[in-house]
Amino acid sequence: MTDKKTKPKNKKGIFIRLGRYVLQQWPLFILAVCLTLGSNQLSLMGPRYSGAAIDAIEFETGVDFPAVWENIVLMLGCYVLSAVLSYILSLVMMHLSQRIIYKMRKQVFEKLTTLPVSFFDTHATGDIISHLSYDIDTINSTLSHDLVQILTSIYTVVGSLIFMWQISKPMILIFVLTVPVSLLFTKYRSKKVRPLFSKRAKKYGELNGFAEEMLTGSRTISAYGRQDVISSRFNKINGEAMDAFYKAEYNAALLFPTINLINNISLTLVAVMGGILYMYSQNGAILATSAFFITLGGVAQFVQYSRKFAGPINEFSNILHEIQSAFSAAERVFRILDEEPEKEDAADAKELTEVKGDVSIQDVTFGYTAERTVLKNVCVTAKKGQTVAIVGPTGAGKTTIINLLMRFYDHQKGEILIDGIPSINIKRADLRLAFNMVLQDTWLFCGTIYDNIVYGREDASPEEVYEAAKSAKIDSYIKSLPDGYNTVLSDDGVNISKGQKQLITIARAFLSKAPILILDEATSNVDSRTEIQIQNAMTALMENKTCFIIAHRLSTIQNADTILVVKDGTIIEQGNHNELIEKRGFYYSLYHSQFN
Amino acid sequence: MKWVFAYLKPLAGRITLGVTIKIIGTAAELIIPFLLSYILENVIESNNAGRIVYYGILMALCAIVASLGNITANRMAAKTTMLFATAMRKNLFSKTLYLSARSTDSFTIPSLESRITTDTYNVQNFIGMMQRMGIRAPILLLGGSVITLLMDRKLALVMIATLPFIFAVVYGISRMGVPLYTGVQKAVDSMVRVVREDAQGIRVIKALSKVDYENCRYDKANKTLKARETKAGAIMGIVNPVMTLLMNIGIVAVIAVSAYFVSSGKSSATTVIAFMQYFTLISMAMMSLSRMFVMYTKCAASAKRISTVLEEENELKITADDGKGNSKNHISFENVSFSYLGKTDNLTDISFSLKRGETLGIIGATGSGKSTILRLLMRFYDADKGVIRINGRDVRSYTREELTAMFGVVFQNDFLYADTIEENIRFGRDISFEDIVSAAKTAQAHGFITSFPDGFSHNVSTGGTNLSGGQRQRVLISRGIAGKPEILILDDSSSALDYKTDASLRSALSDALPDSTVITVAQRVSSVKNCDLILVVENGRIIGKGKHGELMVNCPEYREISDSQMGGAFLD
Repeated sequence: MTDKKTKPKNKKGIFIRLGRYVLQQWPLFILAVCLTLGSNQLSLMGPRYSGAAIDAIEFETGVDFPAVWENIVLMLGCYVLSAVLSYILSLVMMHLSQRIIYKMRKQVFEKLTTLPVSFFDTHATGDIISHLSYDIDTINSTLSHDLVQILTSIYTVVGSLIFMWQISKPMILIFVLTVPVSLLFTKYRSKKVRPLFSKRAKKYGELNGFAEEMLTGSRTISAYGRQDVISSRFNKINGEAMDAFYKAEYNAALLFPTINLINNISLTLVAVMGGILYMYSQNGAILATSAFFITLGGVAQFVQYSRKFAGPINEFSNILHEIQSAFSAAERVFRILDEEPEKEDAADAKELTEVKGDVSIQDVTFGYTAERTVLKNVCVTAKKGQTVAIVGPTGAGKTTIINLLMRFYDHQKGEILIDGIPSINIKRADLRLAFNMVLQDTWLFCGTIYDNIVYGREDASPEEVYEAAKSAKIDSYIKSLPDGYNTVLSDDGVNISKGQKQLITIARAFLSKAPILILDEATSNVDSRTEIQIQNAMTALMENKTCFIIAHRLSTIQNADTILVVKDGTIIEQGNHNELIEKRGFYYSLYHSQFN
Repeated sequence: MKWVFAYLKPLAGRITLGVTIKIIGTAAELIIPFLLSYILENVIESNNAGRIVYYGILMALCAIVASLGNITANRMAAKTTMLFATAMRKNLFSKTLYLSARSTDSFTIPSLESRITTDTYNVQNFIGMMQRMGIRAPILLLGGSVITLLMDRKLALVMIATLPFIFAVVYGISRMGVPLYTGVQKAVDSMVRVVREDAQGIRVIKALSKVDYENCRYDKANKTLKARETKAGAIMGIVNPVMTLLMNIGIVAVIAVSAYFVSSGKSSATTVIAFMQYFTLISMAMMSLSRMFVMYTKCAASAKRISTVLEEENELKITADDGKGNSKNHISFENVSFSYLGKTDNLTDISFSLKRGETLGIIGATGSGKSTILRLLMRFYDADKGVIRINGRDVRSYTREELTAMFGVVFQNDFLYADTIEENIRFGRDISFEDIVSAAKTAQAHGFITSFPDGFSHNVSTGGTNLSGGQRQRVLISRGIAGKPEILILDDSSSALDYKTDASLRSALSDALPDSTVITVAQRVSSVKNCDLILVVENGRIIGKGKHGELMVNCPEYREISDSQMGGAFLD
């Protein structure tokens, strides 16, 4: 969201790239171009026949009915056909743009799934979503509306000009005067008004943000009796927003009436000039062969064409602005498509089939950024079935070790061996499937409970799913829900507590056959009874597995084969409980401050 | 919609003036086509170029009056809209903050939020549009019809006959579009949900190699969205071609009919030219009028949502004290029962009392009713049965100001807002900087605050996301104690602090506020075990009451919690 207002940098590149999407749908595109030309040609011909019909009415010898009827039928035909074509055109354009943006959304999403975890750690979810909704929507509206609009505008302007040229060349001169004035004025005003509108949008955003922020704290505000203070702050922001609204509206109010004025002046000039020319044409001062000759129907046509001609010119600056924002949106979308994906597995990467579960971290060094090393020369070994407990204050970097084990990030030095094979030489998918992971942030998606559990292993049978839920001690709860395993988990659906969600993710983990377990033990904000259940389920899950546990419980820590004490991003102590106590270091002091 | 007029009333003079100017401008605009046809019909025949120019100047003058009128009137309309919207939003926001907890619950916060934002914008836009187009369109429509009727009654009737069709098409289709676009919005929401879920669960997805599965899940949402957008677009796409067609048919009809009238000498071809001009104006006006009807339904719905908030009764009534309280007790609950929804009790028969300066700990599972006890004490809600007293007086006999002055409170996941740390602690109260610093010291926050280069002026981002959980809680606790309250409430508000910091905080608290009664709600036994009184709450009832030692002996539930948490707070 940071650079929504900036102009696109590489316009040409974006244009070519967007153009490629359009050209891939070339049959629709060509159809659309033909339809545009056809429908506009027809609607341009309409006034011509109406002019002819009027001339037929004004015929010297009275009304020339056959000619009137002929022209009326032609006119009607043109208009009906033009309407049909233009509706078909809008359908075609919609299909064209829907295909393109469907594809773009698909590409962006599929790109996202190939990106390394670090991308998601460094980009706010809201920003990613805004690319997929807001930005692609902007491109959509430009494709489906503006593209046709541009073609139509060009065609209408040129077409009207040609028809007007045919009717009366001298009268075209009027537009030589008024069109540049109109264009220059629009450009000048837009430049002035646009920043006012962005300021207005910004102020509205601030207003919404403030209201949202304060309402989430409404209980606190009334507990402290601060309503009036907060209201007066709101009024200040509200006042600013409304002021920005007024300034933008005030200045914008000038534009359209002024353009209208210029159009009306053109009309006046057409009337006066047309009137005079017609007068002299009537009384014979201008010969029928002269360029200055004009009929009454001619004047009527000219008036109609001049209106058609003025329309697109009034819209010109709007369209230009929309195209510009579409280009900026496209640039942001393309930037995601150009992100570096997770590095591909090496060509000689090994498949991992039967994993025993020996894990060895040898002399590993890692930093999220080149400047700051987070782990330095770490050595840990866990034989099959052993438990490594990682302890340390919140935010100390306990998850870094997990990030490296799972290869969410690649370490810079040293080796991590799985069954003696360096993890960099193993196919990522195989490596990750060797791990079973239960994180503290329970992750469930909008779907049934069954779908959420079977997510752990797609080929699991329903019996296995129920068995997993039983092992996680959540089966009877799920059965007590009205829809049982088919209960849909969604934001507005059944209220499932945090603890129960955690148990569902544990059930999911039970389905996995992976020999190595990664566990995040923290269970704050869960009531004590559920916590006991979770604890028991986790203990069951740990059986016969090599375990890496972000540990909080004394029992887990004391029973671990190895304890890693992490502080400020580095492992400061390592050993089992007794060794660390003897060492009388950080672990010792923590242990004693807490339990004695 | 009625309340809207109440807000517009003080602006009546301004609006009347604006509308008058608008009418003059629009009338001038209407004269232009009339003059055009007059030139072609009558003036030309006079064979006098001077007269043509004279009428041309008249036309130009009309055009200038029309534009100036429109500019002035639109600017005035912007001003009235601004004044209206400012007042409306101001009252709504302040009213929202003063809503009782019960009303806030029933409206829900997100709904109140959208009333203050989206709904007020809808009403504001409508009011603005009414002053601009709402005047212009009917005048163009009526004036245009009258002028054409005066020029040629029968031709005018032909033209006017097409107007209902235009209205029906635009209004009908726009109305049809509303549910379609609601459907599109829902499809967008479910697409966005998949993206949000996946961005948050990327580790799980990668760990389980579920990329294909997720691509499938997304594709389904993407396809639904495509299908719905296409359908909505196909319907809405009808409007423009049909509109244009109807207008053109009107013109054709006028020409056809006029051919007969001209031949029988009842009309002239020049009238037809003027008619085509008017017809364009009138049908455009018809179009904006039908759009306005659609906007009206939207605005009326928003206006109603706003008025239900504005009309809500807000404050709990203040009643007289029965004088039966014991003023030796600082706080007392006497057989208190309470239900949020009036169905099943959320609290049943709660009784306890505290002397001034004592500490109370409340422990129990989530949803057991711990926080409800605090809410009743602060009188966010009134108890259904029983009496709650502070200093021997019924809480219902205190004014809101008297009550809030007594409390310092930190709620569970309490809120920090985008402002400096100093301001977040001060929270708009009249508190000196020295007091803020000493509160921060007591709350163990001074150290990390002064480690910022800008110290207390350090900016907190919305929700305090640029601070760690423990830092957030310490700033909030500073806020709670900065006002030197006689009752300090800490609702699960030190859970992110490590044991050492938590312990230092508690001893600093008893030094800094020796006379304050402190109530701590917690999940962890370690946070409450030194309290003078501990309540164990389960399903809204007190199942254990006493000191830590007593409860370990008398209350099996308490003992169970304590045992299971052995190490529960370790290094958390």
